[in-house]
Amino acid sequence: MNKRLAAVVAAFVLAASPAFAADTVKIGFITTLSGPAGIIGKHMKDAADLALKELHGKIGGLNAAIVYGDDQFKPDVGRQVAEEMLKRDQVNFITGIIWSNVLLAIRQPVLRSGAILISANAGPHELAGPLCAPNFFSTSWQNDETPEAMGQYMTQHKISDVYLMAPNYAAGHDMITGFKRYFKGKVVAEVYTNLGQSDYQAEISNIRAAKPKAVFVFLPGGMGIQFLKQYAQSGLRGQIPLYSVFTADETTLPAIGGAADGNYEAGFWNYDFDNAANKKFVADFRRDYGYIPSYYAAQSYDAIKLIDSAVRAVHGNLKDAKGIIAAMNKADFASIRGPFRYNTNHFPIENFYLFKIVKTPDGGYARKTESVIFRDHKDAYYSECHMTM
Amino acid sequence: MPPDNPVSARGLITFAVIVVLALLPPATAALGIGFYVDIFTRIMIFAIAALSLDIILGYGGMVSFGHAAFLGIGAYSVGILAFYGVDNGFLQFGVAILASAVVALFIGFVSLRTSGIYFIMITLAFAQMIYFLSISINTYGGDNGLNIDRHSEFTRFIDLNDANTLYYLVFAVLVLFLLLGRRLVASRFGMVIRGAKSNERRMEAVGFPVLRYRLAAFVIAGAMGGVAGALLANQDLFVSPSIMQWTRSGEILMMVILGGMGTLVGPIFGAVVFLVLETALSDVTGHWQAIMGPILVLVVLFARDGIFGLLSHRCAESRRG
Amino acid sequence: MDPLLVLAQALNGIQFGVMLFLMAAGLTLVFGIMNLINLAHGSFYMVGAYAAAATFQTTGSFLAASIAGIGAGAAVGLAVEIAVFRRLYARDHLDQVLATFGLILFFNEMVRIIWGSTALYATVPAFLAGQVEILPGAPYPAYRLAIIAVGLAVAALLYLLVGKTRLGMLIRAGAADRVMLGALGVNVKILYTLVFGLGAALAALAGLMAGPIFTVEAGMGENVLILAFVVIVIGGIGSIRGAFVAALLVGFVDTMGRAFLRPLLATVMTNAAADNAGPALASMLIYLMMAAVLFFRPRGLFPPRTR
Repeated sequence: MNKRLAAVVAAFVLAASPAFAADTVKIGFITTLSGPAGIIGKHMKDAADLALKELHGKIGGLNAAIVYGDDQFKPDVGRQVAEEMLKRDQVNFITGIIWSNVLLAIRQPVLRSGAILISANAGPHELAGPLCAPNFFSTSWQNDETPEAMGQYMTQHKISDVYLMAPNYAAGHDMITGFKRYFKGKVVAEVYTNLGQSDYQAEISNIRAAKPKAVFVFLPGGMGIQFLKQYAQSGLRGQIPLYSVFTADETTLPAIGGAADGNYEAGFWNYDFDNAANKKFVADFRRDYGYIPSYYAAQSYDAIKLIDSAVRAVHGNLKDAKGIIAAMNKADFASIRGPFRYNTNHFPIENFYLFKIVKTPDGGYARKTESVIFRDHKDAYYSECHMTM
Repeated sequence: MPPDNPVSARGLITFAVIVVLALLPPATAALGIGFYVDIFTRIMIFAIAALSLDIILGYGGMVSFGHAAFLGIGAYSVGILAFYGVDNGFLQFGVAILASAVVALFIGFVSLRTSGIYFIMITLAFAQMIYFLSISINTYGGDNGLNIDRHSEFTRFIDLNDANTLYYLVFAVLVLFLLLGRRLVASRFGMVIRGAKSNERRMEAVGFPVLRYRLAAFVIAGAMGGVAGALLANQDLFVSPSIMQWTRSGEILMMVILGGMGTLVGPIFGAVVFLVLETALSDVTGHWQAIMGPILVLVVLFARDGIFGLLSHRCAESRRG
Repeated sequence: MDPLLVLAQALNGIQFGVMLFLMAAGLTLVFGIMNLINLAHGSFYMVGAYAAAATFQTTGSFLAASIAGIGAGAAVGLAVEIAVFRRLYARDHLDQVLATFGLILFFNEMVRIIWGSTALYATVPAFLAGQVEILPGAPYPAYRLAIIAVGLAVAALLYLLVGKTRLGMLIRAGAADRVMLGALGVNVKILYTLVFGLGAALAALAGLMAGPIFTVEAGMGENVLILAFVVIVIGGIGSIRGAFVAALLVGFVDTMGRAFLRPLLATVMTNAAADNAGPALASMLIYLMMAAVLFFRPRGLFPPRTR
């Protein structure tokens, strides 16, 4: 649903309403819709649209509209989009948000306005700790948790030394920090590559010379596609096991293909989970859009469902801010990850799993859930959060 | 029949623009669309950036692909000082101007010995270096950016928390730079720069040390860009390295061209058109760049004088006939 | 430091340089002959990669994919030359930069409209998927050796073409004085179109070969484009020889910087400091090098003696 359609829906609603005007729930969805990262925005938008369709266009019984905004992968544009959504469109909720720097940029204006901010991806540690807020919620994870899980797995399986690699920016450093928090073995090397680097042959030669037991990388988007292909072409794929996070997933596997075969990833959700909510989500998603949803999609789907459950709990009274917040905290909805509950800092307490990249019957490659790494994992920052709700 | 007088047509349009901008806050408030004040504050900030680029580009012929770096330096001056608790606006803006000027001096000194594509590339290279540097420094947030808690304080009478006050501050700076720019290009200094753009050898032969003049112009433009950056930091209360990417420099260049190069007022039109177009198009489709691109090509090919050029010719024609 | 590793990294650097040369050759040819700055050169690279990847997916034939890639790149190049560039030859560099910048935006979105936002799957052909043991204990991807071979072959061909054929003579004459060339009865328009098509084809070739090892996505041309410009600026615009030398230099310096800068810095500062300074410095290395070269030789290392 775009802005035009939303306006038409709202106009219809207002025109057709009886004695008292029915409220429309307006949800602002900020994501990246242009440029190469637009693939992630596509996953998220498709999932949000699917969720709203399942709810028959209603959130908590009220008519609803999702207003999409493109942050163009720039935090200052994201902030501008958020301000417009708050002032011009007067949204009640803002969700989406792929990037940590965009989330940190929009945090102040959104929270100050009283709207509820729900991150469907970004999880910077500031928002899990000192900057937590009653009207902020996450339907994804705290950034460090996924690499923490990988570090835990590798420690549990007695992998004695590992070569680490990530791009040289904030998220890259966070991933390595999270990994090292739980990995108790030896770090052979900690290498930071250029952001957007395409050729990794130099790094691969260094890895080969260092002869580690395993390699752990965080290389999202195009960087990961390139690295994994080059890693396989150098012959290292079978020799030195490769573990990664946010690198080989449903947004990149179509391009990586067999080069990722046998690699490992970690995460809190996979499309093959067999709880009822997830089975329906994945089946409907594949039916409507023709591709396997990623965790970005799953997180966005959950965000819409979460908002629905909260508005339903306050019987459509959008002015009852406290009630909505309390209802969101309860998270009384069927999440695609299974049972869902919130920590004191409004980040989910959830399980983390190990995935292996395998070939699927139709010739593509996807993640297969192998084992549980963490049960009911909490992030490392919640004790720094001092809010009372 | 009165002669074609594009100069006063331009003057008329300039005056009209200033009046419209001055009356915008009360007008939008009356119409109930007060949030447009924020949008136009942003547009004016980029107009200031484009104006500063126009001085060296339109008048001096120096195609700098690194101008966004000065916005970043200005913005980070405010951000970093605020990080350490220094909220005094005069101090923050003073540092912004000084830092931008010093960096411009250095970049200019190295780059201005080259010309043409070499100059473009080397300014691009410096911008990239500054960008990569700012991503790597984690103390001030790296690419997560830096949040700014309070606006710049300019005496206790000016409260930048109020959107209208911020608007008028930016407006005042825009008008000031417009007037300053006018004086600059009309002065002897400006004549040398403009002369060197069309025939450098001749200027040298007449006895002007062109390199020094160009360097001075480059520094002035850089400092003005720094002020734009400091204002941007106040509007967003946030600063991140993404403002310094080379594609942002390209956007500012586009604003100068779209509006009308070598006119000072043109960049204002350019900023309005570019930013409005960008927002409007991205509402329609995620593929808005497929429309924006060809528009730019068409403007370069067929409307070389930009919007301001088109308008001032129209205005002159209508006055004549 | 292991001397074998240093050798392996040197080989990596040379191979990266050869890839850059393919990209830079077309760029410097067009710039040198027609005095045209073409930022959309990266878009021809992208078109070549997309066409090849898409063709490979449907036909499974590397030969068909290569032909499709070069053909598509050349075709798009020619179309753009006729539609846009013919009007830009007479304009100044700024106009060319801006117009071609607009073309970049357009092409990036077009590939997204046609092929979607997901990156395309592109892989090395089966017969080149293995490794060759160039240095003992350091197997090298066969595909990359093929790239080096192709790059060197192109360099040799260009050298022959420009230096030893009649067409090359016309090209060099046109670079020196195109007005005179036209006055002598040569159809300069056709010559320009040919040269432009050749430049686009070279970019497309670089793109279709890069596809299997890099990511085939919208905007893939921009990163390489900046590097290519750095190369031709260092080498001297219009000089193929300069582009070759500069490309190898840039590839070598960039690779060695990424490979060894951090360990080197770690010998004089703490590990944590080296972790930060190493990558930061490595990312800036080629720009510093370019600035240094331009400071001493403002027109590059081998500026051709023209105009």
